[in-house]
Amino acid sequence: MGEIRVGVFVCHCGTNIGAVVDVPELVTHARTLPHVFHAEANAYSCSEEGLSSLKQAILEHRLNRVVVASCTPRTHEPLFKNACAEAGLNRYLFEFINIREHCSWIHSQTSQAATEKAKRLVRMGVAKAFLLEPQEETESAVIPVALVIGGGIAGLTAAVNLARQGFRVHLVEKAERLGGVVAQLHRLCPTDEDASDLIEPIIRAVQDDRAITVHMPATVQEVGGYVGSFRATVATGDDRRTLDVGTIIVATGADVLLPIGLYGYGRFPNVLTQSELEARLETEALRVGSAVFINCVGARTPERPYCSRVCCMTSLKNAAELRRRNPDARVYVLHRDMVTCGIEFERYYRRAMQMGVRFLRYDLDRPPQIVGGDDAEATIVWDALRGREARVPSELVVLTTPLIPGLDNQSTSHLLKVPLGEAGFFLEAHIKLRPVEFATDGVFVCGTARWPADVAESISQAYAACSKAAILMQAGSVTAEAITAFSDPDRCTGCGTCVPTCPYNAIELHHRSPTPGMACSTMLQVAGVNPVQCKGCGSCVAACPNGAMQQRGFTDQQMLRMLEVCVSG
Amino acid sequence: MDDEAFTPRIVAFCCNWCSYAGADLAGVSRLQMPPDFHVVRVMCSARVAPEWIIKALSDGIDGVMVLGCHIGDCHYTSGNHRAAKRFALLKELLTYIGIHPDRLLVDWVSASEARKFQRLVTQFIGRVRELGPVCSQAREAPATEHPGQQALPHGERQDTCPRS
Repeated sequence: MGEIRVGVFVCHCGTNIGAVVDVPELVTHARTLPHVFHAEANAYSCSEEGLSSLKQAILEHRLNRVVVASCTPRTHEPLFKNACAEAGLNRYLFEFINIREHCSWIHSQTSQAATEKAKRLVRMGVAKAFLLEPQEETESAVIPVALVIGGGIAGLTAAVNLARQGFRVHLVEKAERLGGVVAQLHRLCPTDEDASDLIEPIIRAVQDDRAITVHMPATVQEVGGYVGSFRATVATGDDRRTLDVGTIIVATGADVLLPIGLYGYGRFPNVLTQSELEARLETEALRVGSAVFINCVGARTPERPYCSRVCCMTSLKNAAELRRRNPDARVYVLHRDMVTCGIEFERYYRRAMQMGVRFLRYDLDRPPQIVGGDDAEATIVWDALRGREARVPSELVVLTTPLIPGLDNQSTSHLLKVPLGEAGFFLEAHIKLRPVEFATDGVFVCGTARWPADVAESISQAYAACSKAAILMQAGSVTAEAITAFSDPDRCTGCGTCVPTCPYNAIELHHRSPTPGMACSTMLQVAGVNPVQCKGCGSCVAACPNGAMQQRGFTDQQMLRMLEVCVSG
Repeated sequence: MDDEAFTPRIVAFCCNWCSYAGADLAGVSRLQMPPDFHVVRVMCSARVAPEWIIKALSDGIDGVMVLGCHIGDCHYTSGNHRAAKRFALLKELLTYIGIHPDRLLVDWVSASEARKFQRLVTQFIGRVRELGPVCSQAREAPATEHPGQQALPHGERQDTCPRS
């Protein structure tokens, strides 16, 4: 191989990096490093301008190793690797240095120390880049079948859309009926249409589509494999079935918090949840003289700090409905803040006010008190805006509770090896750049499994997840990242230590003929890695006592070189 | 060297799927921490070879963190079980070769645990500052004191070889 020529590209990321790390100094420093033939700063390395500058520099300076110091490889690595490839460079001759998440953003008060750290990180990156080698990717097929977990509005939408694009779909629903939370609603905000008008046609569409197999009531028991070729075990009662699928969509939804022990729920029969009220609105000609809605019950508290986003609208919808049914009814909504974002929902709020719903703000430290005998009769509340106590008649008390993470989220998260966020909902790969994807390729998320969302948002997310899954299944194949392990037969003694460390059974011992100089009988065997089965964890590499096993892109030599450079200077 | 002037040099191996993501989230959340550590990305905590750590500590890295997914959450099913097992033994070995076992920290950080990442890094840097600069010549770990058996994750066969 000829001369190694490293190029270093340092991103200002606007002020994100540039305001803390001295980027010009970093570039000057990079130019002094061995094997660096070019270093430049970009306002935004990931912009069209930055990428074309990178490609141009590769050609102009005949660079054969590229180091970008910017943000996180978890979101931007493919972009820069592709840019390298477009300039004719093997994608694996690229090294990513994170000087934003791991430097400027977390050391924003210590600019000089952050700059020194960034210099060390760049030195480590350049040292590793020098040792990088070109790799070839292996292709594997994508089975054009999707597994959708959850039969609520998001899962149903996803299933129908994938089926209409020509893919087979397995839909797994744990309950005994399809429709999820929406099927239990009376009307939908902000249009006040019947929930059944929306959910029933889509349930029918799923049931009538021969490309969709509904497993119900069923649960996913096991998931193995990888993008394009997952193997899921689905249990319907005692019947266990193995399904081979290419992509997985998590649409498991959320639960509604039951306000046990809060505001007399369970003690007074006329204290209801919104869901219980909706069931009664649906089935009976419920008409009351007074009602109090209490918002943020069990939400936006220290133990559950998030806003569930859909509850204020639910209150507006049902409060207005009670006024519609009895225009003389005294209907109060007790809230801590009305969160009605956007054009439609703000209009919905104003309309409820025009319809005579009264709004009263309470404080978390002075929560409303429900008083009564057998039934709740009145609510005493400290009106935070007027600074005085109010007593409102309460023929009905309706508690507005948040959506909470599904009970099965933990087990589903373990099953699919995808993360949950702090609140217990599924955590997407990136809130803006990859909002319906997990870091694990081929697994997607939509609807309230991800975060409280309204019906329209859940449907949009389902479309998004489908289109992401369809891209893979339409292409029919994926290239696996070439970070697999490989064994050097000259160093392998055939001891077999690596074999049981592999969770994918990718390593086998093969026989080889004896050669002169062989030290021991085990050397009649040699370890071989199947690159299609290997997922690149590197466990076997760390276990190999002879340094025979190595991982592409993470060799011992590369990693040790980084450590050496970290100490020096 | 007095403690105030000592800025330790620390390496934090983070697995791609959980702890690196947790470190990213710490950045996105602008959680501030001392700049003495350097994250090195690996695909799995099980990729971290014990030799790297011995080499790093003997070469002058003052402390090494290995952060993986929580037990049960490993992207590769059981890599973190292996890491837990290997590094429990390595900690003992460090004592024998005269390096204080507190210079190695093994813990689990999920993609959402930005605050835990911040806390671990900050505490670890504090501990390494207390220990002072690593020096392979000084036998800083008392040779007479046996560090005792580390608890292994349930169901794990205890292996005498730290490499397997």
